[in-house]
Amino acid sequence: MSSTHTAAPVRGKKPSVVPGTVLLWVLVAVYAFPLLWFILSSFKPGSELFSLPLSILPETWTVSGYEAAWSRFNFARYFANTGIVAVVTTALTVLVSSMTGYALAKYKAWWLNVFFMCILATTMLPTEVIMPSTFVVIRDLGLYDSLPGIIIPSIVTATGVFMFRQYFRTVPDELLEAARIDGVGEIRTFFSIMLPLAKPMAVTLAIFSFQWRWNDYIWPLLVLNDPNQYTLQIALRSIVGADNIDWSVLLAASVISLLPMIILFLIFQRQIMSADMNSGLKD
Amino acid sequence: MTASTAEPVEQAAPAPRPPRRRRPAIRRGQTLAPLIFIAAAVVLFALFFVWPGVFGFIYSLSNYRGFGTPEIIGFDNYTRLFGDPEFYSALARTFLFVGLSVPLHYVIPLGLAVLLTTRLARGQTVARAVFFFPWLISPIVNGVIWRWLFGENFGFFNYFLSIFGIGPVQWQTNGELALVVVLIAGTWGGTAFTMLLFIAALRNIPQSYLEAAAIDGAMGWKRFRTITLPLLAPTTFLVVLLTTIGGMKEFAMIQALNGGGPGTENVLMVQYIYRTGFERGDIGYASAASMVLMGILIVIALIQMRFDRKDVQ
Repeated sequence: MSSTHTAAPVRGKKPSVVPGTVLLWVLVAVYAFPLLWFILSSFKPGSELFSLPLSILPETWTVSGYEAAWSRFNFARYFANTGIVAVVTTALTVLVSSMTGYALAKYKAWWLNVFFMCILATTMLPTEVIMPSTFVVIRDLGLYDSLPGIIIPSIVTATGVFMFRQYFRTVPDELLEAARIDGVGEIRTFFSIMLPLAKPMAVTLAIFSFQWRWNDYIWPLLVLNDPNQYTLQIALRSIVGADNIDWSVLLAASVISLLPMIILFLIFQRQIMSADMNSGLKD
Repeated sequence: MTASTAEPVEQAAPAPRPPRRRRPAIRRGQTLAPLIFIAAAVVLFALFFVWPGVFGFIYSLSNYRGFGTPEIIGFDNYTRLFGDPEFYSALARTFLFVGLSVPLHYVIPLGLAVLLTTRLARGQTVARAVFFFPWLISPIVNGVIWRWLFGENFGFFNYFLSIFGIGPVQWQTNGELALVVVLIAGTWGGTAFTMLLFIAALRNIPQSYLEAAAIDGAMGWKRFRTITLPLLAPTTFLVVLLTTIGGMKEFAMIQALNGGGPGTENVLMVQYIYRTGFERGDIGYASAASMVLMGILIVIALIQMRFDRKDVQ
């Protein structure tokens, strides 16, 4: 793709890069400011948060908000709960999506087409729309107030299935036929040949799935009741929902909740920034 | 961050399809195997989509309150719903929100994507990371960030405006302004995703098209309008579809930003369903509202599909 960018002959004089660069960096400042202001505020002592005139940088740097947030809330527990949900759901999402996508791409049967149409329908109709009855289903299955109650309903995402379906369509059928001629079973062909081939897709979907689950709100809100089971977002919401918001705690707690995603971003930035977004990535 | 064009993209680009050949006769494994591959997805789909869908409809005809046996009461919930001013207000707000946020979610990310792919700007790698950053932030924290910035007595914006002798502006207590804040926060949080879609699409436009246009004397805005924009049509369709659906189900960010306030002025549909179903325990009534929202989404999807087909022709 980068090849389409090289060596474009531009006729006449070279246009200036100044206006474009200035515009770009003004927008960068606009986009960076909210988060920057938020993070800097989290290092201000409570007295300085509301004292006028406001200053961008804290006059006295402090981590007291962080200490208060960390001691008042069981962050270790929230991190563990959210981590379990995000990792387990992601692993299952990648597995189920790759198998389903593969079947839809490489086999032909009327019932596969029917199921594909069903999956298509789920993208148009988000489950938020039927949440009262989905809640009843989760409760009747005995999943209420448990982490599996958040994990299991989130495994199948149409996006994941699409991504793998698109990907496996580009894998030549000859590969599959060669495996068949060699007498390799269908299931083994998938796990030992096809799935390893699809690793780039698997990584992309894993990153997206992890972000969705780390930041998920609506299902944990409905399903979880016991504060020991709370995920980060639900715990944060309990601070936001308080009658009198303790901003210094809330700011710090919010920043703490961002850290894992930031670390993930730094590790996977190349994959994330270049993910094949044409597959319609959105949960 | 250097040269971050993507291996995955390159590999995922469709390979030239091999010449079609006749498939060998179906063997046993070729019926059984796909069945095994899709089994888990089928079960989960049935459990968490078909079952709630069917029961949602049944509940919507009942007075179910979450316990006991639901008693069928016919279309009473729907009659009640259509006489409920709160429902109309939530519906109207949702349409207004979607109507305003879809153009914002289109124009701003597209503009950023163009700036990030043009040769006429510098520092794009760093800039892209900055624009991308809000993607990492959960809707709850997104709501908190903007609530902090737009606080009426303590927020940065009112302080900033007060320097020029303006304000204090009622970002929280005026319903329209509160909606503006929601739109800003939503656009900020949603930019990265749409922007990456546009960047990928812009990279896929063959350079030769743009060069041909340049030789014909079309540059700048004209070239963008006559060449680039039409070639982006499939992405445009996707973006409009996704942001419409995303807007219709907006929930978490508003919960943290202003809880649908002031009062119930900015309660959108999903919040309305949540409140009636879970805070008031009226599952039957909330299910009726769900069914209406579902109907609306189906209509929107069908309309957009029609437009998509026209685009192709």
